[in-house]
Amino acid sequence: MGQVKIIKPGLLTTVQDLGRYGYQQYGVTVSGVMDNVSARLANILVGNDEGEGLLEITMLGPEIEFLEDSVIAITGGELLPTLNNNVVAMGKSLLVKKGDKLAFKGVKSGCRSYIAFSGGIEVPVLMGSKATFTRGNIGGYEGRALKAGDTLTIGTPKESLSSLVGKEIHENLYEYKHTIELRVVLGPQEKAFTEKGLQTFFANQYSVTNECDRMGYRLEGERIEHKDGGDIISDGISMGAIQVPSHGSPIIMMADRQTTGGYTKIGNVVTVDLPKVAQAKPGDKVVFKEATLEEAHHLLKELESKIATLKQQCSTKEKEVIKTRKFHLKVNGKPYEVMVEELKN
Amino acid sequence: MYDETKYLIAGDKALVMEFGNSISEEVNNKIRSMAAAIETKNIKGIVELVPTYRSLMIHYHPLEISYNKLMDTLNELENQLETIELPAPQIIEIPTLYGGEYGPDIENVAKHNQLTVEEVIKIHTSSEYLIYMLGFTPGFPYLGGMDSKIATPRLESPRTKINAGSVGIAGGQTGIYPIDSPGGWQLIGRTPIPLYDPRRETPILLKAGNYIVFKSIGANEYKEIEEAVKKGTYHYKSYPKKEGSDQHGTS
Repeated sequence: MGQVKIIKPGLLTTVQDLGRYGYQQYGVTVSGVMDNVSARLANILVGNDEGEGLLEITMLGPEIEFLEDSVIAITGGELLPTLNNNVVAMGKSLLVKKGDKLAFKGVKSGCRSYIAFSGGIEVPVLMGSKATFTRGNIGGYEGRALKAGDTLTIGTPKESLSSLVGKEIHENLYEYKHTIELRVVLGPQEKAFTEKGLQTFFANQYSVTNECDRMGYRLEGERIEHKDGGDIISDGISMGAIQVPSHGSPIIMMADRQTTGGYTKIGNVVTVDLPKVAQAKPGDKVVFKEATLEEAHHLLKELESKIATLKQQCSTKEKEVIKTRKFHLKVNGKPYEVMVEELKN
Repeated sequence: MYDETKYLIAGDKALVMEFGNSISEEVNNKIRSMAAAIETKNIKGIVELVPTYRSLMIHYHPLEISYNKLMDTLNELENQLETIELPAPQIIEIPTLYGGEYGPDIENVAKHNQLTVEEVIKIHTSSEYLIYMLGFTPGFPYLGGMDSKIATPRLESPRTKINAGSVGIAGGQTGIYPIDSPGGWQLIGRTPIPLYDPRRETPILLKAGNYIVFKSIGANEYKEIEEAVKKGTYHYKSYPKKEGSDQHGTS
């Protein structure tokens, strides 16, 4: 068990996991990481379960001091991490020593980074999850974003630190660009829009406004025309749903979205494109492209098999010990006990 | 209610079964049956269900169950719905201290409807309210069935903080705030029992498809219940709803 201390919290640093599922019918928001792929890779790199609790940091990263030796990995948006003021690599498992300080120098690309700690972050599991939902003051570290002076407890790593160091993800699954193309499956309320409205939606470029957070991304651009307004009897909202209220501007619903809502949803961003949204910033441009449900499922399958391959490359199972022998040695008159293990290859 | 249920795509991990285009007990009952049918079947790949006023959202994992397989399974279940024995909905009793400090707007409600405060309480405690859905905040119930005799418009300027447990009226609706939140409801009372407690075995007390009744209690009883809840000794009261037991109608 180790500990890390938050020296500066950064803009928005929260404990997250893959989300709080099973309670949406009670009005409990799913929350969890915005960029599911980067977060899973970070945990894979440090030998954790993919859904282990980790830190999500936003644009201006935190400054963190390690109170014990630990193995960490940083993935996602490039926020220029440094360790004791030296640039450190992302997408790689790193050994950090007691007293080391991790900081972030600014945004090079993307918006959110993930810091996974070998052994995971120990916070209470509430309704099956460690995710923080700040608006509801639920989960994570006291239900809130981290503050200066907070101390996080790190769990026990599954393997020795030395065996966890030096793992690397060699393939970039996403590039974080200023113009992103999002594939969209139409529905559930695509029929509430005029033919012209649907054409407008796919033919124009939209900009990410300043109103973009973990709850949703408000976009601005050409107004999308409804047949008869944007209000419906409230129904469920899934991750990546594109809500279009009567004002005609789209809002992409993200991790902290409410479970239900009363606005028409023209379509849903396909799951494999959600990390692009999570890494978008105000001023970035969005273009929507129609996809079929079949295509969306095919893309998801491809992504999952890539992640599985990367995971396999990272797993260094401790080799099986076939034989152990002990020796008593004397070197310069001092007695030593030496153990020799023969490993299965 | 639609003659034929609509199956709507809601992205690559969810679909919506829409049963009608209005808010009614009939539609709600169908949603409740469908949800129960799916839950009993324990279908691999279904992540969770979200019932709302007129539809049921089904979150699924497309790599564990294909869309086509899911559709076939749901169609089949829907066709068997009439043969499914549904347990009677539960009625959950909500002890409520009306008026005074906890219900500062009860006189507004009385005045607006030309009633006495006692009459407002009597009317408010006489209905069984159907929980159509939960949303807005964790555990916030959207209730149907309030008598229009006590309907009152929202406050002109909303309060910045309403305490958890507050019972209020907004237009023709009544509701309970599960957590502290801002809001413009006319507050008529407060319940000492927590609708939402993340550390309780059942974090959310209410469930869509069940009913609640309000029971008027005095200040002493309020304190006793509050204490019992703190100690973990409070016994939440609920019982099965009797067929047609709501004599007061649900206008």
